[in-house]
Amino acid sequence: MTCQFCDAPATVTLTEIVNKQKRVLRLCDPCAKKNKLFADAPGGAAGTVHVPALLGLLGAAGPAPATPAETAALTCPDCGLQYGEFRATGRLGCPAEYDAFRPALEPLLTRIHRADAHAGKTPRAVRAARRDDRLQELRRRMAAAARDEDYEEAARLRDAARQEEAGQ
Amino acid sequence: MNLDTLLPNLGEWLRGTGPESDVVVSTRIRLARNLAGFPFANRASAAQKAETAAKARDALAKAELPYTLDYIDVPGLSPLDRQFLVERQLISRELATVLEGPRGVALDQKESVSVMVNEEDHLRLQVLRSGLALTEAWEDIDKLDDALEARLGYAFHDQFGFLTACPTNVGTGMRASVMLHLPALGLTKQIEKVFRALQKINLAVRGLHGEGSRAFGDLYQISNQVTLGKSEPKILAEIGEVIQTILQYERQARNALLKERRQAEQDRVARAIGTLGSATMITSEETMELLSAVRLGIHQRLIEDLPATTVNQLFIHTQAAHLQKLMGQPLDGEERNAARAKYLKTKLRELGSAR
Ligand SMILES: [Zn+2]
Ligand SMILES: [Zn+2]
Repeated sequence: MTCQFCDAPATVTLTEIVNKQKRVLRLCDPCAKKNKLFADAPGGAAGTVHVPALLGLLGAAGPAPATPAETAALTCPDCGLQYGEFRATGRLGCPAEYDAFRPALEPLLTRIHRADAHAGKTPRAVRAARRDDRLQELRRRMAAAARDEDYEEAARLRDAARQEEAGQ
Repeated sequence: MNLDTLLPNLGEWLRGTGPESDVVVSTRIRLARNLAGFPFANRASAAQKAETAAKARDALAKAELPYTLDYIDVPGLSPLDRQFLVERQLISRELATVLEGPRGVALDQKESVSVMVNEEDHLRLQVLRSGLALTEAWEDIDKLDDALEARLGYAFHDQFGFLTACPTNVGTGMRASVMLHLPALGLTKQIEKVFRALQKINLAVRGLHGEGSRAFGDLYQISNQVTLGKSEPKILAEIGEVIQTILQYERQARNALLKERRQAEQDRVARAIGTLGSATMITSEETMELLSAVRLGIHQRLIEDLPATTVNQLFIHTQAAHLQKLMGQPLDGEERNAARAKYLKTKLRELGSAR
């Protein structure tokens, strides 16, 4: 297997599957370096994949993703950053883009992290808000059960709400 | 905070002690955090950056923590002081020289905690520890993170976790790095093999200031690449496991060197100390190479009376900005090489007379 940019043996292989179409990118070390695929990020996070380089190389390596027009037209409603600008710099402009660019970001995140959902720490404020939501829902159902004279269900929901309030 | 008070000290993380300190120099955990309702720092106006900096500064001052954090305004620092903080590993080169506008860093007295403000992300929390201390460092930074979160609204997403300017940091926002001293793996040419294995399991390896297969001073930093889809403790456990394996390899290689060529090893260490103590001009690269040999010699018990802490101190104090601050004047490259040699000579002589 040779590098797609020169004839040297390939040492880096990146695969992505878009609409059941497999695209493979093969590079030799010098070409990966030359394209700055593994760049030193600030703050000592070295050796991480350089996002603009990755996007650029994938674009050059074969047929573009199925919806290039759609992704290219994505614009952030909050700060006005366009997806194309993100592609060029590898840096997002504001938190809203994680939703605004979601169709394009999700495959990218999967490629970088081999996962697309957070499994770590949740801020206390977010946990508290989620608990408030759950409590409100329980109280709403409790009121409905009482209205329907289903007192057994209402009692069960009341206990559940108490437990939730106690932080269990 | 007057930076000159930091100069004679050594950050606690450089004590040269702690678990596995024969191989592990230090552990660092960093968390990237952003404030909700503001653009990321790269797209924020000067006014918005001033606002995020003010919010961060206020939270840092009021956070309930067992230590106090002093805020340093980076634009107000001289280029030399900025470089000094970079050499001390307390701020990034970007925060020091590339970025513009309101930005800063908050530090504790022991230099174990630092919080960069308006770097690539609004906040970059960092905890440094001597030796291998992933769990302890995590506990510290987790508390710091909670204390700041109580006063700041973080940008957090139900699916993607903590939101960051670069998608490579999203999720936990956590980068854990362990700095290893691997001279024996370098000498026995096994280091490449270790690197290939690491890259396969998605850990990044970087030589400190080095190019190619062997880094200056045989110092390597290993860190996680994945920040999304795994919990913080899981990421740390995975790194910890890999570090144990590398520790084993390095120690085996050290023992083999001692067993197979003890005299050559003794000679190497003696020559290193000899050069460090007698050179009149010495570059920072050569200094690191020689100090690496000395550090290995200390842990192989080929040198008895030179503390590892001193070697760590020499590593840091012989860098450009430190030297210039120690000498109290700006120095060009040639002058630095002479000043470095003089400093090393004095320090080693002090040790000699203390014997
Ligand atoms: Zn090539
Ligand atoms: Zn935006």
